[in-house]
Amino acid sequence: MRDVAIIGVGMIPFGRRDEDSLLDMLAYASLKALDDAGLGDKSVSAVYVGNMGAGIIQHQTSIASALVDRLSLLPAAADVVENGPASGASAIKNGLLAVASGYYDYVLVAGGEKMREITGWRATDFVATMTHPQVEYPYGITLPGMAGMFTRLYMEKYGVTREMLLAVTLKNQEMGALNPYAHVEMSLDREGIFDSPHAVVNNPVAADPLHLYDLCPVSDGAAAVVLCPLEMAKKLSKPPVLIAGFGQATDTHTLQERDDPTDLKAVTLAAQQAFEMAKMKPSDIDVAELHDAFTILEIAESEHVGFFKKGEGGKAALAGKTRLGGPLPINVSGGLKARGHPVGATGVAQVVDIVWQLRHELPENRQVKNARTGFTINFGGFGNNIVSFVLKRVEL
Amino acid sequence: MPLDMELEAVLRPMQYPMPPYPPKVITLANGKKMVVRQAKREDVPAILKSVHPCIFIERDYYDIVSARLYGELLAWKRYRVKSEFCLIGQVDGYLVGVVNSRMENEKVGMSYHTLAIDRGLRIGSHLFAAKMEYHMEYLNQEEVLIVAESPIGFRRWMIEYPLEKTNIPHELGGGDSYRLTREIYFKAKPRLVVGDRPVPPDLLAEAEAEIKFADDDTIRERIAGLKGR
Repeated sequence: MRDVAIIGVGMIPFGRRDEDSLLDMLAYASLKALDDAGLGDKSVSAVYVGNMGAGIIQHQTSIASALVDRLSLLPAAADVVENGPASGASAIKNGLLAVASGYYDYVLVAGGEKMREITGWRATDFVATMTHPQVEYPYGITLPGMAGMFTRLYMEKYGVTREMLLAVTLKNQEMGALNPYAHVEMSLDREGIFDSPHAVVNNPVAADPLHLYDLCPVSDGAAAVVLCPLEMAKKLSKPPVLIAGFGQATDTHTLQERDDPTDLKAVTLAAQQAFEMAKMKPSDIDVAELHDAFTILEIAESEHVGFFKKGEGGKAALAGKTRLGGPLPINVSGGLKARGHPVGATGVAQVVDIVWQLRHELPENRQVKNARTGFTINFGGFGNNIVSFVLKRVEL
Repeated sequence: MPLDMELEAVLRPMQYPMPPYPPKVITLANGKKMVVRQAKREDVPAILKSVHPCIFIERDYYDIVSARLYGELLAWKRYRVKSEFCLIGQVDGYLVGVVNSRMENEKVGMSYHTLAIDRGLRIGSHLFAAKMEYHMEYLNQEEVLIVAESPIGFRRWMIEYPLEKTNIPHELGGGDSYRLTREIYFKAKPRLVVGDRPVPPDLLAEAEAEIKFADDDTIRERIAGLKGR
């Protein structure tokens, strides 16, 4: 198997993109990534597109074929990868395997979703289609509902408090306010969403004990990366970023079948696989993008991947250890909380943000100093399909 | 041409007495302080400067809401609508939202429009709540008839309170009216109606000194831009 590097990345600002179709967004992000890769007259041999909902929301299928044609990349192979909110990272994994195997040299991976053309409750229903069709969905469960129950259990078992969740919210919004790609490019204020009695309106309960600002927004957006063998990447101008490790693991479809619903086993396994492949450990990581669709997930994932012991993740967030400048900055992009969560795009966007960090291309107020290694978790279902990457800057 | 006050007396509708709405201040999610106060007729030209650019924004029915609000405020300024009132929200003096409504009779209120000129901070929710507060707690009305023109309005008013559906036509047209009763209002009040009184003098003085308005492009970007929520 060959080592695989990321040689080009692109993203478009997330938000509400009424004027752009899903295909437009995928094309814009892809063109940026291809341009960034500087392939010259070389072309990609295959395109993988991470997307969860075009068939449901846009009533459009086969978007990878459409994208290849739009980008004049014919006759490149084209596949859509659907893995719920982990579609983006799954698409990268498929591209990675294709290059590592030696079958393709240059591969484009794009992730995108257009969710704002439907009402919020229809978007919530769309995301809930990944729940169990017999024992969960018919009873009205939603992902925020699951996250609320998970949070309550996590609070009881590990002593997580609302103050800890609030620390994640404020941190990620503060960083999102600095990120031009973020959907919610706005800082929040502790008084306005927590201390003041007016917070009851500003930050109402969404799924007890989670409040509005514990949840990520519903967004439109797209991101893309270009992959190739590391040896070929070394001939290009920008420092390549090695995909040093990846992992993917699954868990039971329903939460109720898990021995301990607070134990995100698939997160632990996916992370272990990625670290093992990279021959690294959690303490070797300089910057991480975790899947904070709900603030509790950033805390829980930070523990399950081994950055902190169980019960310590919330305390670490509260103590500022995961802030920019802290020992392990997490979600410096603003995370899903602020950057937004166009589900098929998220896993790719996380990798794009880490690549920018490892290339040291971000402005000082967002750059983790001297970052050499990065880590991502893309969280599918409610923890039933997790994809993880360890990325490493390669010095030429 | 000077007004013919004899003719005006015929053309102008009667006005129910309305006690003033006491101003209040609300802390927003971003920490900014929004002063909510009752507008005066002479404030209308300044308010319309911010409403005008919204007339050309199709997103979320801003065009309909703004065009109607524009006409309603003009009608109020020139005494062609009965017992209308207007409340405004200001942050650092800048107009961030407008609501208007009127008394149909002493017992029934007729809600007109809610326009948030900045988004993502629940300004519309706060101002709509202030409007209902005025109807219920200061005008002491029995009920307010309400319709929504946008799905967002439907979610904020009909679902969040939740309002009671009626088969009574609303004077704005559209679907049948929903009704806010005193019972519904006071039940919803703890989770939807907030604000501190009195407003600190410096904040109130700043708000009353001038209604500042953002330029058209800024307003359009806030409402219909990429980050418009």
